[in-house]
Amino acid sequence: MIVVNLLFYLFSFIMIASAFMVILSRNPVHSVLFLILCFFNSAGIFLILGAEFLAFILVIVYVGAVAVLFLFVVMMLDVEFKSISSTVISYLPIGMTIGVIVLAELMLVLFTWKRDYSVTDNLSITSDKQYSNTEIIGLVLYTDNILFFQLAGLILLASMIGAIVLTVNHRPSAKRQDINKQVERDAENSIKNIDMKPGSGI
Amino acid sequence: MDNIFSMYLYPAAIIAAKSVFLITALLITIAFLLLADRKIWAAVQMRRGPNVVGAFGLLQSFADLLKFVLKEVIIPSKADKAVFLLAPFITTVFAISAWAVIPFDAGIVLADINIGVLYILAISSLGVYGIIMGGWASNSKYPFLGALRSAAQMVSYEVSIGFVIITVILLSGSLNLSDIVNAQSGDYGILNWYFIPLFPMFVVFFISALAETNRPPFDLPEAESELVAGFMVEYSSTPYLMFMLGEYVSIVLMCAFATILFLGGWNAPLPILDFIPGFVWFVIKVCFMFFMFAMVKAMVPRYRYDQLMRLGWKVFLPLSLLMVAVTATFVVFFK
Repeated sequence: MIVVNLLFYLFSFIMIASAFMVILSRNPVHSVLFLILCFFNSAGIFLILGAEFLAFILVIVYVGAVAVLFLFVVMMLDVEFKSISSTVISYLPIGMTIGVIVLAELMLVLFTWKRDYSVTDNLSITSDKQYSNTEIIGLVLYTDNILFFQLAGLILLASMIGAIVLTVNHRPSAKRQDINKQVERDAENSIKNIDMKPGSGI
Repeated sequence: MDNIFSMYLYPAAIIAAKSVFLITALLITIAFLLLADRKIWAAVQMRRGPNVVGAFGLLQSFADLLKFVLKEVIIPSKADKAVFLLAPFITTVFAISAWAVIPFDAGIVLADINIGVLYILAISSLGVYGIIMGGWASNSKYPFLGALRSAAQMVSYEVSIGFVIITVILLSGSLNLSDIVNAQSGDYGILNWYFIPLFPMFVVFFISALAETNRPPFDLPEAESELVAGFMVEYSSTPYLMFMLGEYVSIVLMCAFATILFLGGWNAPLPILDFIPGFVWFVIKVCFMFFMFAMVKAMVPRYRYDQLMRLGWKVFLPLSLLMVAVTATFVVFFK
């Protein structure tokens, strides 16, 4: 147990420290890199808990895809690093307010949270068989919570379509390439012989 | 105290010893595969390839290693030093660490974890960080363009690789790599392997693996005709060597992964040939996959970037989604 505890403290210490570095570092790209380190350590804590499926999904989705896009965007921004620090003071009250609200909510959850056994006892998985945690998540997600799962998927689909509709820009003047047309093109239908008279154009 | 020793330190020492052995064996194999890659490439172009160092140039990779290590590390003056030096390490470390879950034979695997497939998917999706960080930290135009290209490319092709893997998982019913190989064993030998029922997915996986590892014809992040050497322009000496090494380790990893998912892992192609150890079959199959990678590099011209994106999103994604639906239907109704 000692080693597991030590690992837990190691992961949580690096996680909190890197979370601090996210807001403290001056270079936004460094911030994103620290954010990635933070994700990694939370995946480590999931692993200690025995939730290896969640840990790797976290790494695949957040580190492998979301953070890559973050980094992509942040790198493309041409930010003056010094100007950021001068505006910090003006945003301080709003940031503090949000921070205090979030902290209060977390405290509220922490001290009032109780395990509701009526929920866990009514799940369709039974405890007499040994499941791996991938199976448990699948069984809970696709049986008891199928409605919420599908609704979440629908919301994501709707927002994806919304984002496409907002940004799509069909210009009839834009030149597009039709791959089939390019492949079909050959010497016979693209070259023609013209009899030219000297001194005149086509 | 005794308890801690027997519970943690002793197993940890064994795992460390095994890891060191695996890494050493892997790196020596890579050295010769790299030579094989150059030799095949040369043979296709009717050249001789490296043939000076050692018999048939067999020691060429080791000579290259010495050369790279002995050279001076040049760091651009405006570069972000920490990130610049971190990037090649990340590429190499992630590429090598993915090998922990690859089963070479029945029971011969460093970590036989339940979600080996997810582990490989997660680790291989992190390889892109080495490229993006290297490209950005160089503080130069060409590396940055290369990094941007590769970020978009790797994220796109990961999607179709994910769906391809889902079809295999649907058939085998497990995320454990050893179980996936065992699901392909049977009395019919080669006919049991998944590349027969899932042939379109095998092709999609192969091409996506090329794109995922930045191999030609999808080597746009380092397209030398446009970007000099892409994200590696500013790198020299050992950091460059580590990028190169990481790239080849992940290429061979993709070969091994394809072998496990589609070519039956360590299973013999004919039941009569079972007396040959499974490890030999595994190595033969991985070498065959690597040969295919090398031939593609030699024969296929580089894609244009828009063609690459079109192939990933408009061809492979719908195709693999369709195959997931078809495979799921098959598993539910006929199996």
